[in-house]
Amino acid sequence: MLSVKDLNVTFQTRQGEVEAVRGVNFDVAKGEILGIVGESGSGKSVTSYALMRILDAGGTIKAGEATYSGIDLRRAAERDMRDIRGREISMIFQNPRAALNPIRKVGHQIEDVLRQHAQATRYDARAKAIAAMEAVKIKDAEARYHAYPFELSGGMCQRIVCAIALACDPRLLIADEPTTGLDITTQKAVMDLVRDLIRERGMSSILITHDLGLAAQYCDRLIVMKDGLVVEEGNPIKVFSQPEHPYSRKLVDATPRAGASVRALLPKETRTPEPQIAASDQPLIEVRDLVKTYAGKYGPVHAVKNISFTVNKGQCVGLVGESGCGKSTTSEMLVRLLDVTSGQIIFNGEDIAKTPARGFAKDPRRARIQMVFQDATDSLNPRHSARQAIAEPLRRLAKMRGAALNSRIEELAGLVGLPLPLLDRFPHQLSGGQKARVGIARAVALDPEFLILDEPTAALDVSIQAVVLNLLVDLRAKLGLSYLFVSHDLHVVRLLCDHVIVMKDGEIVEEGPAAQVMSAPQNPYTKSLIAAAPQPPERATPKDLMETPDAQHPALHDKFAS
Amino acid sequence: MLTSYPRLRAILLRVAQAVPVVVGVVVISFLLTRALPGDPAVYFAGVAADEASIEETRVAMGLDKPLPVQFVRYVGDLLQGDLGQSLSSGRPVATDLASRLPASLELTLTALILAVVIAVPLGVLAATRPGTWVDHLCRVVVTAGVSLPTFFTGILLIYIFYYLLGIAPSPLGRLDFIYLSPDHVTGFYLIDAALMGDWETWRGAAKQLVLPAATLALFTLAPIARMTRAAMLTALSSDFIRTARAAGLSRRAVLYRYALRNALLPVVTTLGMVFSFALGANVLVEKVFAWPGIGSYAVEALVVSDYAAVQGFVLAMALLFVLLNLVVDLLYTAIDPRIGFDAK
Repeated sequence: MLSVKDLNVTFQTRQGEVEAVRGVNFDVAKGEILGIVGESGSGKSVTSYALMRILDAGGTIKAGEATYSGIDLRRAAERDMRDIRGREISMIFQNPRAALNPIRKVGHQIEDVLRQHAQATRYDARAKAIAAMEAVKIKDAEARYHAYPFELSGGMCQRIVCAIALACDPRLLIADEPTTGLDITTQKAVMDLVRDLIRERGMSSILITHDLGLAAQYCDRLIVMKDGLVVEEGNPIKVFSQPEHPYSRKLVDATPRAGASVRALLPKETRTPEPQIAASDQPLIEVRDLVKTYAGKYGPVHAVKNISFTVNKGQCVGLVGESGCGKSTTSEMLVRLLDVTSGQIIFNGEDIAKTPARGFAKDPRRARIQMVFQDATDSLNPRHSARQAIAEPLRRLAKMRGAALNSRIEELAGLVGLPLPLLDRFPHQLSGGQKARVGIARAVALDPEFLILDEPTAALDVSIQAVVLNLLVDLRAKLGLSYLFVSHDLHVVRLLCDHVIVMKDGEIVEEGPAAQVMSAPQNPYTKSLIAAAPQPPERATPKDLMETPDAQHPALHDKFAS
Repeated sequence: MLTSYPRLRAILLRVAQAVPVVVGVVVISFLLTRALPGDPAVYFAGVAADEASIEETRVAMGLDKPLPVQFVRYVGDLLQGDLGQSLSSGRPVATDLASRLPASLELTLTALILAVVIAVPLGVLAATRPGTWVDHLCRVVVTAGVSLPTFFTGILLIYIFYYLLGIAPSPLGRLDFIYLSPDHVTGFYLIDAALMGDWETWRGAAKQLVLPAATLALFTLAPIARMTRAAMLTALSSDFIRTARAAGLSRRAVLYRYALRNALLPVVTTLGMVFSFALGANVLVEKVFAWPGIGSYAVEALVVSDYAAVQGFVLAMALLFVLLNLVVDLLYTAIDPRIGFDAK
């Protein structure tokens, strides 16, 4: 149905011409779901924009052919392309809230598309828009018709984006990272919905994602892209079990999955023995009856409702939950950036909740508790070099100056594996992984005992995530740190943590040793979380690449499941 | 009852918030005018006055009383709608303002409408075609608009269109002496003449208005065009524009229904600001075109320490700004549903 041959896309930039896509070939058959997998900068999104001819300014299709049902997409007139977009080929995007016009009612946005493609008249547009909303399983569509995007949840916004894309019954749907940034259960709901609709209507689809597990679960065929080239193509089970190209092998290795150790995420050549960490039974931080209540517009909002847990010395505790469950509020209270409403935080025998958050920066215990923030880019001052960023806590809290400061910074850089020449670069000149290293170096600069890691790898590509996770394991062993690891990614939590706490609506619904919670969850919510996480197919033969003896896990590809 | 109309209630609340502002303005304008250098009694007693007659004038003007007493008397008069007598024109300040404020407003509003009609499309065009001649034109107009002082453009326009080409009427006020000014209804000559059906006078008033309005428009156009261009560029690079394009919406729908409406918010903010400084800045334009507006009135009053007139002017301007801000706020909520009145 869609055939792409030798597609080349270039962008005019100030540095000259940049080749984003360099000779990509693929076909999409009728009824097929094709997955395009790759890390950031691999050209996977640009390929899809090129097919729709909605490249950003400066981008052009330099060479190659793209044919959809006999139509030459590269040379078609703009007027014809407008008829094809939305009517024949449509797209759904990542970050659904930003993908909708913020000041237009969602119902009207669906109507716009229907009217544009003459699928509705002024009189029946409303009814058809509501029908389109019902088709994507929006409850109470009649009332939601009048909602603005900011009044809806992320998952609901993505359904609206789907409704817009599917309103005119297109034959090909391109989904560009449709669930990035959504909660794991929402991700499953949205993906299941999209897959069911595609199957029901006999459509074809291209799923663009960085998540190999997700792609394997929902696609019939995968292509792996790197630096604008297709490096591997094939059946997802085969790509997983016998990746041929070194890059796909690296990607498959780096994808956190059941049964793999944290070292197994790294390419084989760079693996070192995993350090043994023995957590003691001595409590480092004890949280007792912690409560946080905000004054909301419609009465008090109970963000954290009376939770208690303990982190022992040398332990790594995972705090898992979906957005709005109170995990960030909890971590901010522990790191003393936020005052508690009631309850105690006993750190080394003293209640630090008594010291107001505002004055905690001057408290000598400030240096003992540090935090690594979620977004490495946003949490660094763009006008400070890496050196200045790492120096900040040392200057402020340890009063270090001059040569002592410099040697400590260089020591820290060595510790987190940041090459010394990069210290004088600014955040925008560093890669995501390097910025994460700066964030970690800054947090461990003062030799803390307790480190709170707030989704430290959420914004990173899988191969970088693998490296950073291993760095965290090494640091914990080397410096004797205790971690509270806040994450929504169960696979990552399983890799790193000894103990897991599952939160929902401000309460702890389940806790226990990581292996036990993951393999035999008791609470229905925990069960649904684990079920929603995409399960990459197990890697099998060849023998020299085998990591775990129990390679007999059933493949979880949906075609086989059904 | 009001709770069932959240919008109305919010507007009333918003108006109530303006009350302390107005009170503050009354106090400050009173104190500031008293702090002005110069003694009005000396001025109004005349050049030949001696000590005794100056003192006599002072008592007659009530300036011998202590400040609090003067203030109480002033507020008492104000509550009855009496803004005092202007000493320079000899008429009640309220009457002066009623005749002069509409003149300024007519000029400023016409200029602003002209500016918006030119600047917004220019900004949109420049944003959709960056780097082309429209973009360059926009840049030239913006630079010229901000860098040429209004009195200079005013005089230049008079020189070209009145002196050289002779197509503009003489720059002497709102209406040529051959016309009778229309009956006072709104004070806006264009509206009043139209209400009377006197199109002859309407055309005369419009002719007089063109040059000063164009002068002021050129000045106010610059920030609006620049803001429209910047806001459109931001809006056009948003994710939702890509969604709209991927859904096959026409270029016009994408541009106007999706991008422009989102870009309007900063444009409206700029518009409010431009309007307020245009009201102040048109003193020069009024001087150049002998326009009997409120700006020139205030300057004349200030020079002779005419307390009542200055206070009246400041108060009128303050009320106008309060009203303007209210309108801008209301426009915000009309444009952007995310902005609620009750949100802090």
